[in-house]
Amino acid sequence: MNRHMIPLGVFAALLLLFWVGLGLNPNIIPSPLIGKEAPKFELPELHNQQETVSNEMLKGQVTVFNVFASWCISCRAEHHHLLDLQRKGVYLIGLNYKDERRHALGYLSQLGGDPYAKIAFDYKGDIGIEWGVYGTPETFVIDKKGIVRHKHTGPLYREVIENELLPLIRKLEQEV
Amino acid sequence: MRIFLSLFMMFGLILSSTAHAIKAGEPLEFKDADQEELYNKMLYELRCTVCQNESIAGSRAELANDLRANLYRMITEEGADQGQIKKFMVDRYGEFVLYRPTFSPANYLLWAGPFALLVLGVIILLINVRSRNKINNKSNLTAEEADLLAGYLDSKKEKE
Amino acid sequence: MLPEIGQFLMVMGFCLAVVQSTLPLVGAQRGQLSWMRMAPNLAWAQFFVLAVAYGLLTYAFISHDFSVAYAASNSSVNLPIEYRISAVWGGHEGSLLLWILILAGWGVAVASFSNNLPIAMSSRVLAVMGMVSVGFIGFMVFTSNPFDRLMMVPVDGNDLNPMLQDPGMIFHPPLLYMGYVGFAVAFAFAMAALIGGRLDASWARWSRPWTTIAWVFLTLGIALGSWWAYAELGWGGWWFWDPVENASFMPWLLATALIHSLAVTEKRGAFRSWTVMLAILTFALTIVGAFLVRSGVITSVHAFATDPTRGVYILVFLAVVIGFSLILYAWRAPKVGMGGGFTTWSRESVLLANNVLLVVACAAVFIGTMYPLIIDALGMGKMSVGPPYFNAVFVPLMIPLLIMMIIGPLVGWKNATFKASMVRLYPVIAVGLLAAIVWPLAMGEWGIIVAIIVFVATGIVGTFVVDVIPRIKAPTLTGKLARIKNLNISWLGMHVAHMGMAITIIGMAMATGYQDEKDVRLAPGEVVEMAGYSFTFEGVKSVRGANYASQYGTVHISENGKLLTTLNPEKRTYDKHMGMPMTQASIDRSLFRDVYISLGDPVGTTGAWIVRVYYKPYMTWLWTGVIIMAVGGFLAVSDRRYRMKIKRRLTGRRDENQVVVD
Repeated sequence: MNRHMIPLGVFAALLLLFWVGLGLNPNIIPSPLIGKEAPKFELPELHNQQETVSNEMLKGQVTVFNVFASWCISCRAEHHHLLDLQRKGVYLIGLNYKDERRHALGYLSQLGGDPYAKIAFDYKGDIGIEWGVYGTPETFVIDKKGIVRHKHTGPLYREVIENELLPLIRKLEQEV
Repeated sequence: MRIFLSLFMMFGLILSSTAHAIKAGEPLEFKDADQEELYNKMLYELRCTVCQNESIAGSRAELANDLRANLYRMITEEGADQGQIKKFMVDRYGEFVLYRPTFSPANYLLWAGPFALLVLGVIILLINVRSRNKINNKSNLTAEEADLLAGYLDSKKEKE
Repeated sequence: MLPEIGQFLMVMGFCLAVVQSTLPLVGAQRGQLSWMRMAPNLAWAQFFVLAVAYGLLTYAFISHDFSVAYAASNSSVNLPIEYRISAVWGGHEGSLLLWILILAGWGVAVASFSNNLPIAMSSRVLAVMGMVSVGFIGFMVFTSNPFDRLMMVPVDGNDLNPMLQDPGMIFHPPLLYMGYVGFAVAFAFAMAALIGGRLDASWARWSRPWTTIAWVFLTLGIALGSWWAYAELGWGGWWFWDPVENASFMPWLLATALIHSLAVTEKRGAFRSWTVMLAILTFALTIVGAFLVRSGVITSVHAFATDPTRGVYILVFLAVVIGFSLILYAWRAPKVGMGGGFTTWSRESVLLANNVLLVVACAAVFIGTMYPLIIDALGMGKMSVGPPYFNAVFVPLMIPLLIMMIIGPLVGWKNATFKASMVRLYPVIAVGLLAAIVWPLAMGEWGIIVAIIVFVATGIVGTFVVDVIPRIKAPTLTGKLARIKNLNISWLGMHVAHMGMAITIIGMAMATGYQDEKDVRLAPGEVVEMAGYSFTFEGVKSVRGANYASQYGTVHISENGKLLTTLNPEKRTYDKHMGMPMTQASIDRSLFRDVYISLGDPVGTTGAWIVRVYYKPYMTWLWTGVIIMAVGGFLAVSDRRYRMKIKRRLTGRRDENQVVVD
């Protein structure tokens, strides 16, 4: 091979890289929590300030942990999907991130109900940082042992729920 | 869908303020100059994860305020050093949050690449200059004559 | 009606470009004089058509025609007229129209100034430029039409992005595009030479002025971007190694290598195929830059609203144009000889070293910018490469390059002797060392990095003195002026440009190494001291601008009790972009320091604000140095040898339409 063809080869590799790059999204950050135990937290419950929600509640059953806020527009878009999931029997725990209690409660009633078994109220956002939250909504799937198995950034929509979440939840249900 | 997702990733600034977030540029108290220096250094080493390529130094996003607050707390209350701060951030956000890539095997090409290319370039340069010298030195021609010959050979080549 | 005419004219421009890219090329291959003669006419027609189309788009902005979707999203009723004009290139579609207009403009320039080129050569050059136009105009016609209409005409538009409502931002894109497009000319010359099989010193002489002028524009465009960032982002920073910034810097590095390589090719006939490769690569990087900025493949504060469809188009264009040119290169280049010989210690060697260093520096920036994408594409997750990496890698690469700038002008062509050069260099090195010790100490603190930079920058100035001053020595002033007039102007341009670089580097090093900053919470009436100045904060009042609300601050600066000046930093909130407050720093500039104040955020309700005060020594030198570099570039191209006519030898039959041109 003639050495004058080296630039052509390098260029072809670059084109391939760009082509692949067009199909990627540079804004979505994968979670380093996957495969690890869910971060420890202890927060007051949204509806009932005397009650505590902690990471212990994430153990014993397959949990969908959803981060939301009343000021978050995309959260509104996914809310009905969460209600659907709850109706299907999925166990949901919510993290109300950097919000005001009354705004959050108003948000839930406005959008047709509360799909969460419990809602942790993270006023300062410190627990959000523990979970690596960088934008809402974010949804985690946690197995019976309390290990984080999956994270979805951004609002949920039908394809994601049907192709990623529900199959994973069913698979985790089978695990001991 | 991707555009959809990207749009949803651009969150508006949170209007509610939390007592502990630190605004960009807010003057802070440090126990000593070293702590302050570490804080100022880390401001530029950590990436704001909700922004479009900004460090947490100047970003006005609410999450950046919170991260600065965490950084401040780690330095002043826990006496954390650079390694511990980086580990804290990476544990939660992944290596994405570091603006200075780590020296892991995956990044060898990144850190070694420019230096390796420089060595390669110098080698090519030396070979090139030497070979030109050889052409001139092998013959009994003077520099001008060698030049003339080279020029003649070149124009012959071009006509092919 | 008018926008539709604009769209029609764009399509016409596309058709003209198609003809321009084929007819003259075939004409040159077959010696068809009439076809070759069409090239300049087509270039003019294309320019005229696109200029009118551009004018129509501008008119839509000026006349608030919000039925044009692009105008509605980038302008508003209250937008001042100067920004309405510049808003035309404020978004993706309009900026592309500006790009192709500038491309057509350069085509006309090439057509007008090619009387001293063989017609086959100039026809091929214009044909290649036509091909590039086909790509870009096609991009617009098929994916990014600025003349699209809205069915429901809004009462008011979305206003221009507040970041662009600044004088610096008016000129930044046009200057950049003048640069990028100018490298298309260098590329076209290289392609024409490869196609015609004629790669000699005269090709280099024709290419050089075009390339140098393009380099000057790109230099100014990049500097203007930095100037804007310095004033508008409120942090006193001027370079962030953001992917979009890198996208403009990489072609600049290669273009610098190219103008130096062309010098060797013109003077000594050496490096011919390498120079062609550089011309291809420089142009390729401008297209890659366009890809990065408009496709969404990388994250940047600067990126246009991205769309993967656009990315696909640019990628295909990139593949076709550069792929074709690299194939042509692989085919033709081996036949090109080595050219004149030179010894190890010669100016050619120094320039070769210059090329190696610049190309490696460009590669370093490229690797750093692309690495996150590479890692992601390999499925290895997401990572970031930011200023800490680039500063660590790039600065060390620059030092040897600057040293080459000290040595190069003092080393003779072809076969200089080491001893003879060193004799001239000794005083330069001595003065450099002295400055490296004294100057940093005088600034307050000696540091090795600043010392090294002072050494090389002073060395470059020293080389200027040692090389230029002896040639203008004369007993009288008139004598001196006479000798100055006789200087080789392009050689003088080199020295001036290098001097400009040295001044810029000093500005960068001093401002970074010796700056002082204070973030303070100030209530009205409170004072803060820094760098010998007293800053009295007089509070902030609300003021209305044309299309924004401003928090207008007042700070008095005094020295030793005497009032020096008053600065007015602002925080502007534009009506249509309420969530995006813009900092307007207020800067008192002088030759040896900038005093820079910007407003942070209000604190509480007592009128107190977070105020940021910066002291930046020698900051003005950064901008001044760049202007001097540009002047040097202009001097270099004004050499008369570029305007010499060459006699054309016509041999062969003198048919009506066929003349064999040698």
